[in-house]
Amino acid sequence: MDLIQLLVGGVATGCVYGLVALGFVLIYKATEGVNFAQGDMMMLGAFIALGLVNSDHLGLAFIPGVALAAVLMGGVGYGIDRFVVRQIFGQPQFALVILTIALGFVLRFIAGSIWGYSPLVLETPFAGRNLSMGGVNISLADIVTILVTALLTVALWGFFAYTRIGLAAQAASQNQMAAYIVGVPVRRINSIIWALSGMVATVAGVLYASKGAIDPNIGLLGIKAFAAAVIGGFGSLPGALLGGILIGVVEPLAARYLPGGFSQMSPYIIMLAVLVTRPNGLFAQMHAKKV
Amino acid sequence: MSLLEVEDLAIHFGGVKAVDGVSFAVAPGEVFSIIGPNGAGKSTIFNLISRIYAPTRGTIRFNGRDITGLQAHQVAPLGIARTFQNIELFDHSTVLDNLLMGRHVHRSTNFIQDMLFLPAVRRAERAHRHRVEEVMEFLELEAYREKMIAGLPYGVRKVVEIGRALAVGPELILLDEPASGLSVEESQDVAFWIEDMRRDMGLTVLMVEHDMRLVSQVSDRVLAVANGKPLAQGTPSQVQADPGVQAAYLGTEVAQ
Repeated sequence: MDLIQLLVGGVATGCVYGLVALGFVLIYKATEGVNFAQGDMMMLGAFIALGLVNSDHLGLAFIPGVALAAVLMGGVGYGIDRFVVRQIFGQPQFALVILTIALGFVLRFIAGSIWGYSPLVLETPFAGRNLSMGGVNISLADIVTILVTALLTVALWGFFAYTRIGLAAQAASQNQMAAYIVGVPVRRINSIIWALSGMVATVAGVLYASKGAIDPNIGLLGIKAFAAAVIGGFGSLPGALLGGILIGVVEPLAARYLPGGFSQMSPYIIMLAVLVTRPNGLFAQMHAKKV
Repeated sequence: MSLLEVEDLAIHFGGVKAVDGVSFAVAPGEVFSIIGPNGAGKSTIFNLISRIYAPTRGTIRFNGRDITGLQAHQVAPLGIARTFQNIELFDHSTVLDNLLMGRHVHRSTNFIQDMLFLPAVRRAERAHRHRVEEVMEFLELEAYREKMIAGLPYGVRKVVEIGRALAVGPELILLDEPASGLSVEESQDVAFWIEDMRRDMGLTVLMVEHDMRLVSQVSDRVLAVANGKPLAQGTPSQVQADPGVQAAYLGTEVAQ
């Protein structure tokens, strides 16, 4: 019974890692750059939602408040690409790494100076409520997290498989030159992908906040999410999600069954093991290649 | 009136004058070829027309409109499609999806309609699919419809790229060395297709090509360039007989 509770909690935590990892992979696939501020975008999204929803702040209803936060973070993502990242277009990859790490500091500072550095709690309709089924206690927040992640995954899949913009994004990620000549505005598509990853980060942030307090440093979770993206193959959207869930499940299991400290190390041990044994990731897309 | 007018076109990369003062005009329905030794600037001219490079000097007009200031993605909607010498396809997609991507500029349904797969989207999707099937039938690509590009032989990929350009529904098609690396039979297919494009589809063709047999067979007019500068312009036989062109290809001693 315990184990089931542990697993459900692990999957829910893993969904949050997975969504942040998804943000990494979205931007990597579109632009071949890694956004190391992804975790901090999650943090900022959570704080914007808090600022809109909490009764001692703006006090909007929960769902519209979160939706508005996602839209605002979409704007932040779009703006970061349009006005910051695009300025270093053509520079070595490393420039983007440093730029986004610095951006993370800036976002943390902004959140800190608006909302302070002490932990705050997002008011959610499902906080602190449990479902009991046959002796198993599962928190409602965990169930909501898993359901929302599943829905978002389906929506993203639909977006990339069926919409004009989604198809254009896929095309641009496979071959920018070819995308240009069939009429895809590659740069604008890149900005839209940044917007999308800002929105996904907001959802991740709100789900994270539904399980505990938030402060400006929760974005450091991005490092674990990065490990999740690597485990998933860093180019595969389902891989990122599954990598996140794997880490989320292993952490509490390691805490329970292994000596202290292993739980914190486990994401990185798994990442190293995957890099050594399957460098393309556990869920790398296989392409038949003719030699 | 000319469909495409290129006037005094030049691009300099640092001190290298890759293209330097090239002018030509292509009439509607014409097959116009650009020939020249390797490094003459032929593909660079294509890249200037498709706005991948910005020219140092000169203008490019299409249907009377100056397109020199456009961005690369704004060229396809005007009705200009192209292929690349080194094949630029979406390698991890199927032949069908590559051709459907050629229809991108004709998709007008919005995001919400797409997500809900409304009747308007389904209708448009069927029309695009129909157009793409016509192109596949024309180029005899049906057997490869669901195959991934990455696994296809070179010759087939070359044809898929022509197919994607035709799927755009262009007025002007730019073919960058369509016969390079192809067998004699495959080049002959290309020659027939080019003639059909002009006769049955009413297309204007601008081609860069080394295979002089193909060039002579299909071209109305030819422009020869060397070192970025124009050498001669005229019918295929006129250009081939031009002493300057012979010198550029064979070296001066042989020509004289």
